[in-house]
Amino acid sequence: MVDQDINKKLDTVQMMVNMGPQHPSTHGVFRMVLAVDGERIVDVEPHIGYLHRGSEKLCEGEIYVQIVTLFDRLDYLSNLNNEMVFCRAVEKLMELEIPERAEYIRVILCELNRVASHLLFIGTFGLDVGAMTPSMYMFRDREKIQSMFEAVTGARMMHNYIRIGGIKNDVPDDFIHRMKSLIVELKKGLEEADKLLSFNEIFLARTKNIGTMSAKMAIEYGVSGPSLRASGVPIDIRKDHPYSIYDRFDFGIPIGEIGDCWDRYYVRLEEVRQSISIMEQALYQLPDGDTITPTRFLLRPPKGEVYVRGENPRGEIGVYMISDGTDKPYRVKVRPPSFCNLMTIKDLLIDTYVADAVVILGSLDIVLGEVDR
Amino acid sequence: MLGNLKGLLVTLSSMLRKPVTYQYPKEHKPIENRYMGFPVLMWDSQISEPYCTGCMVCVRYCPTQCMTAVMKDNPLHAEGVSKRRKIVDSFEINFGRCIVCGICVDVCNFDAIEMSHEHELSKYARNDNRSDLTRLLEMGRKYQEETDWKPKTNAKESEEEASS
Repeated sequence: MVDQDINKKLDTVQMMVNMGPQHPSTHGVFRMVLAVDGERIVDVEPHIGYLHRGSEKLCEGEIYVQIVTLFDRLDYLSNLNNEMVFCRAVEKLMELEIPERAEYIRVILCELNRVASHLLFIGTFGLDVGAMTPSMYMFRDREKIQSMFEAVTGARMMHNYIRIGGIKNDVPDDFIHRMKSLIVELKKGLEEADKLLSFNEIFLARTKNIGTMSAKMAIEYGVSGPSLRASGVPIDIRKDHPYSIYDRFDFGIPIGEIGDCWDRYYVRLEEVRQSISIMEQALYQLPDGDTITPTRFLLRPPKGEVYVRGENPRGEIGVYMISDGTDKPYRVKVRPPSFCNLMTIKDLLIDTYVADAVVILGSLDIVLGEVDR
Repeated sequence: MLGNLKGLLVTLSSMLRKPVTYQYPKEHKPIENRYMGFPVLMWDSQISEPYCTGCMVCVRYCPTQCMTAVMKDNPLHAEGVSKRRKIVDSFEINFGRCIVCGICVDVCNFDAIEMSHEHELSKYARNDNRSDLTRLLEMGRKYQEETDWKPKTNAKESEEEASS
């Protein structure tokens, strides 16, 4: 009698778990509806659009100089990279030559922004996994970078510093000196992160072989940036289709092996080292000269369309712009890296545990300002 | 196990380090020279009138439409004291809308508007940060005293252009 009761099959039902939009681990306002069977995820329904501001439509009503401020707010962790790609699009349309010095300063600041963005990733990824300390250390180092931005651009986040034709104004006199001491501090901070997190047993157990993305899957989804390189595909626009002056620097493309969460973490950490090396080379080569090619404030680029892409900390950003010859663009379309990387979330999450959902989402490093635009 | 120990060593060594935290309300981080706070209006102490002529170029190019300006005839110009034929009558910036982009400073022909170091502007009511001309000039004076501000060189030429 008793034996029969034990052997009777239990009726199990799937449970719907709502994660987000106000969840600290979704890195913004991202909502997932998870269908779980016990601890195992069987279905995922992502909801985006909570941060939709209509940036692309807004661009149609603003003049070119004002649009730079909108691009600041797309990916709010890598503002300068966004500004740069938009300015390059307008410059390509107008066939504008940019002074050497401006190019170098742009590259230095963009790489510095990449470091800041990756440092924040390392910190928050540690938080996702359950490590509190790295986030404190990384925010400390990021704070130094932001002070540097404050000294150069005047703002900590929304800079509006890179202008069409160059940069707003020349860097302060002690720029090189301060950058050099900053680089030393960053290197030290990065080694600390490496020692703290990378080969910690608990961290390895939480991230190794979790959320594995094969190279084929990554390419099919159009994943770009560190998430793609973690799967072992060495594609980096800075190297493959060099824009600005990236062909003058010697740097490597770190790639991962199998594309799990740990690879995606470690590729970013290695990328910080490469960025620091680019900055060092650029500081060494920094020439004198003008910083901006003067243009009219009310720009009227010629009729035509242009597609420009660049390497953001999160992946490949593309700007497609149509100009109808007036002072406002006819259409601006942004190809956001975060959005394309986020599309893999369903395939990655199915058949994993609920506890790993946060880790996998964190390892993709999305910024919701860019996903929703 | 080795990885854990390595991590512990890092945290241990940081115990000996000085704290880097600024205890914010008590202790402030030093402000950089170029820091862009909210835009304020500048005061011409030689003639004792604002630099602003109310030409509305900043109003037109503001991405968020956070300002308004009204122009009037300058009484000091009639007396022959000032070169400015027109002067600002009323000016309002809604700091709640301002995104501190600095475009207004770039377009201004008279060096009248400047990004101050002002950033702690919390108020109790929603519209308390809609600042009128007097408040903007007051904040501008504070900024001028703090930083030894001087008008840029091209200001004189454009003034003459405007008055001719």
